Amino acid sequence: MTDASDNMMEVKNVTKTFGDEWEQETVVENLSFSVKRNQLTAIVGPSGCGKSTVVNLLAGFERPDEGQILLNGKPVTGPSKSALVVFQETALMPWLTTYQNVTFGPKLRGDMAPDALKAAADKIIDTVGLREFRDKYPLQLSGGMQRRAELARALINQPLVMIMDEPFRGLDAMTRQLMQEFYLRLCEQESRTNVFVTSELEEAIILADSLIILSNRPTSVREFMQVDLQRPRNLEMLSSPEAYEYKRHAMEILHEEALKSFKGGAGNSDFLEAYSRQG
Amino acid sequence: MVDKKAKTPALVRLFRDQTFRRGVIAILAFVVLWEIGSQFKSWFGVMVPFIGKIAPPTAVAVSWVEVGQWPGYWQSWYLSTGRVFLGFTVAMIIGIPFGLAMAVNKYFRGMFFPPFEILRPIPPLAWVPASIIFWPTTELSIMFVTFLGAFYTIVINVLGGARSIDIQYLRAAQSMGATQWDLFRKIILPGTLPSIFIGAAVGMGITWEVVLAGEMISGGGQQGGGGLGFFIWSSYMGGVMDQVVVGMISIGLAGYISSSLIRYIGHLSMPWRRMF
Ligand SMILES: Nc1ncnc2c1ncn2[C@@H]1O[C@H](COP(=O)(O)OP(=O)(O)OP(=O)(O)O)[C@@H](O)[C@H]1O
Ligand SMILES: [Mg+2]
Repeated sequence: MTDASDNMMEVKNVTKTFGDEWEQETVVENLSFSVKRNQLTAIVGPSGCGKSTVVNLLAGFERPDEGQILLNGKPVTGPSKSALVVFQETALMPWLTTYQNVTFGPKLRGDMAPDALKAAADKIIDTVGLREFRDKYPLQLSGGMQRRAELARALINQPLVMIMDEPFRGLDAMTRQLMQEFYLRLCEQESRTNVFVTSELEEAIILADSLIILSNRPTSVREFMQVDLQRPRNLEMLSSPEAYEYKRHAMEILHEEALKSFKGGAGNSDFLEAYSRQG
Repeated sequence: MVDKKAKTPALVRLFRDQTFRRGVIAILAFVVLWEIGSQFKSWFGVMVPFIGKIAPPTAVAVSWVEVGQWPGYWQSWYLSTGRVFLGFTVAMIIGIPFGLAMAVNKYFRGMFFPPFEILRPIPPLAWVPASIIFWPTTELSIMFVTFLGAFYTIVINVLGGARSIDIQYLRAAQSMGATQWDLFRKIILPGTLPSIFIGAAVGMGITWEVVLAGEMISGGGQQGGGGLGFFIWSSYMGGVMDQVVVGMISIGLAGYISSSLIRYIGHLSMPWRRMF
């Protein structure tokens, strides 16, 4: 069952250190996990533990110091459209309209006929509900719309893996919920391979097929969980006993990790606060 | 709403604009105060410090009408504008690529940034004697000094602007398959555009300052000279204060028109910054 071809991505004993000889900081240490094809793998971890660094490694923006990352069986050697990232902060080009942003990738590569591209772009912009904002610039969109535009821009490239780095961070609670529902439906309609990084546990549980909990810095996999909530899902399912059990278990581990960083004086107490409030 | 806008003539729309009206009122108030100040010399028994010594706006206006009939006055406009335009254009043509090259290539930056930074604090006017010796004609030396005035500002703005482009844009483009050249053309260039226009607007202002000073220093010999700076200088030498003020206001206007032009071009070429 755990045949290697089931895995879209494989991370094998990856270590990443920043800094020069005098001041080194190991952010990722001996990290190993795999991302199953056509599944959503959620990654949670305390704030500042190195999640974005893991994303940068997966996407090929950073090279591991040790270990290896395989994408579809081939080593990742640099950024490519096979592993596309939707960034934590919006990375829509401010000088391009929604439509121009969405068509940016295909136009650059010239791998789609103009008519086909136009049709595909308009369809995707429709899917994310931005038809009326097709010719608006990013600054004219609300935070939630920007996130959706960015999703559209990633989707049109049909990446092998979509990597989302805390894509809904910074949105207000209501918009965040709407985006989660939207994203859930998007994932369930078509099968895609997704890596979804977040520091919100509930978000991770409701979206994920499998859940990876990262340890405090230097980060590695602290716990792997299979989330077997039935699909299609909705946000109400978070209050079901099963979901509650997943949440309780994960929270315990996260709390421990957060506490470590707190004692270590790494200054990540915002995470601790957030979770002790939820109690 | 959009239709209504299109039907009303531009001038009417301009006068309905709050900001425009405020600007007009401010200028009128300034002129009136100036007139009163220079006509009465003292207000309620207190000497007005500077204004009392300057010709009142009415006298300046009369003098302007008179000066406006001399071809020499318009020739001065023409000469100064030409120098500013040339110096500025050359500064843009050399400064933008130079700044961009320093931004994208660390070897280039390592080589050229230190000498650039040492030369930058030298005020353009300090170059006047050297450039008079170096360049064969006065005209060229004035232009060179004018060029320097804009050059440093443009380069610094382009370099700073290009270096502060968010790495996320570059990464996003890279993961969509952008080559180095694509990154330069599609991210760095548009991303630097706002800074280019800021540098251009500031540089344009400096250019006017410098060209005037250059003209005053170089005088109006047979080989070059002239211009609005020389106009002010010779009016001063002739003791015609009204004309000095006419010259000063002419420069103010010229500077204002050129910066507005740059802002307008910036406005046109960066639609994403025109919000709503
Ligand atoms: N290019 C880099 N050079 C040096 N240090 C880096 C670099 N990138 C990340 N780090 C360090 O790695 C650590 C983890 O950063 P990272 O952004 O990966 O964490 P994160 O879990 O994504 O945080 P957040 O929850 O705030 O998004 C930080 O201490 C940071 O200083
Ligand atoms: Mg992060």
